[in-house]
Amino acid sequence: MTRRYLPPALVFVTILVVWEVGVNAAGIQGFLLPPPSRIIASVQSEWAVIWPAGLFTLREALGGLLGGTALAVLAGFAVARWSLIRAGALPFAIAAGSAPIIALAPITNQWFGITNPVAKMSVVGVMVFFPVMINLVRGLTDVGAGKLELMHSYAAPDRATLLKVRLPNALPYLLSALRVAVALCLIGAIVTEYFGGSRAALGVYISQQASLTRMAEAWAGIVVVMLFGGALQLLIVLAERILLPWHPSRRAASG
Amino acid sequence: MTTVVTIKGVDKVFPSRKGADTVALRGIDIEVASGEFVSLLGPSGCGKSTLLRIIGDLLPPTSGQVVVNGKTPAEARRDRDYGMVFQQATLLDWRRVLANIELPLEVAGQAPAERERRAREMLDLVELNEFADHFPWQLSGGMQQRVAIARALTLQPELLLMDEPFGALDEMTRERMQMELMRIWQQTANTVIFVTHSIPEAVFLSTRVVVMSPRPGRIVGVVEIDLPQPRQFETREEPRFFEKLVDVREMLRGAEE
Ligand SMILES: Nc1ncnc2c1ncn2[C@@H]1O[C@H](COP(=O)(O)OP(=O)(O)OP(=O)(O)O)[C@@H](O)[C@H]1O
Ligand SMILES: [Mg+2]
Repeated sequence: MTRRYLPPALVFVTILVVWEVGVNAAGIQGFLLPPPSRIIASVQSEWAVIWPAGLFTLREALGGLLGGTALAVLAGFAVARWSLIRAGALPFAIAAGSAPIIALAPITNQWFGITNPVAKMSVVGVMVFFPVMINLVRGLTDVGAGKLELMHSYAAPDRATLLKVRLPNALPYLLSALRVAVALCLIGAIVTEYFGGSRAALGVYISQQASLTRMAEAWAGIVVVMLFGGALQLLIVLAERILLPWHPSRRAASG
Repeated sequence: MTTVVTIKGVDKVFPSRKGADTVALRGIDIEVASGEFVSLLGPSGCGKSTLLRIIGDLLPPTSGQVVVNGKTPAEARRDRDYGMVFQQATLLDWRRVLANIELPLEVAGQAPAERERRAREMLDLVELNEFADHFPWQLSGGMQQRVAIARALTLQPELLLMDEPFGALDEMTRERMQMELMRIWQQTANTVIFVTHSIPEAVFLSTRVVVMSPRPGRIVGVVEIDLPQPRQFETREEPRFFEKLVDVREMLRGAEE
């Protein structure tokens, strides 16, 4: 335990100390880069505002994540099932997935109305759709030929092969896509809010504070985003622990 | 004795785009009777795996006829007359050992309690009961291969098809596994078709060794191995064993000339 968590904790504390001391020693103005102590103070003083704002934004992020993932899973099954669609759709999906989808933000803000959470959710949905769909298709189709031959030798119906071989094989692919997706969903929601949104939203709060050069407050908002990001990552790690006790990534830990 | 497998005039040609087709098998005729242990022996690339895969309905023959239990290979496969073991154990990584052995029973739609009883019986047979709850990666290569053998036997197949199942094992493990296979074969009385390119392995295990020529694979001859049953560790040290080794070796050499 200590061996695993101590080094990153030390690095984190060191960064904070160097930041704090460096900012004070170099005489950097607070409106350029506030020291961590000021940021922590702002988190406390602004908590009543930034916490509900954070929850508002989290709801948008999770709504988009859920919708995008659900669509990606449906599309993934279809694409994996029919090789004709796969040949046509997959290269397109990979190209689309590497495009800067966040650039859609001003457009969806126009489409759905700037204060409508759906404007944010749809950007998030599109962002998470591609990695989830592409990984799921890989997981469903990158099954060793030997395993498929084995099922064939048992005269297994397609449904049995899907449930007993393809799906379990796809699970680690899906979870690693979700790891990417939970990071993307917060980025998508926050940045879309930078282009304008409800006054209750954290992205709007951060960009307003920054434009007023209230940097410690802006940073306090970012701290809340980081907390959510960390919590979501932790959830995925937990899910991997529970669902993938057999996975190669676990072998070092228990061996 | 009843005939389990009849192969008549089987050819296999793998077409290639450049026009240089690969003739893997030419004019194969074999009959395998119930309870026999037949080895297919020949140099690498002579078509042993191809022939086994044709018998097991994993590949269609280009021409010729294959009859398994009076049926086509496809019908025999659908009736689950086969158990197959390949060079790789191909266990499902996400299933524990017991669940891996239950897989064919699950696909065949058996009830959970019956499945587990049967799988434990098989686990007993390959002497791995203590490892029922391990994941495949926690087992050695030899143990994984024993799990694959147990899995192939769960449906009590009439015909066991084995493609170099001990190919990836070291010599000592290999000899132990051969003993174990002999014991299992005695207990279950299956018919076995066994692919190998090890002469001692073929002679030790088989009731008959089918010797194949280099590509295009043809059958050069058959050596009856009438060493006493059950085969034991000492069998390998008997003069008759060496005589059979020489017979097979000479037939193989004759094929290359
Ligand atoms: N799917 C395939 N497509 C094209 N050619 C093939 C295919 N499978 C096998 N061959 C060819 O058929 C010939 C026989 O192959 P096979 O795998 O049956 O040999 P083998 O006797 O099992 O060899 P080894 O002992 O090395 O396993 C080889 O020349 C091989 O290149
Ligand atoms: Mg082979």
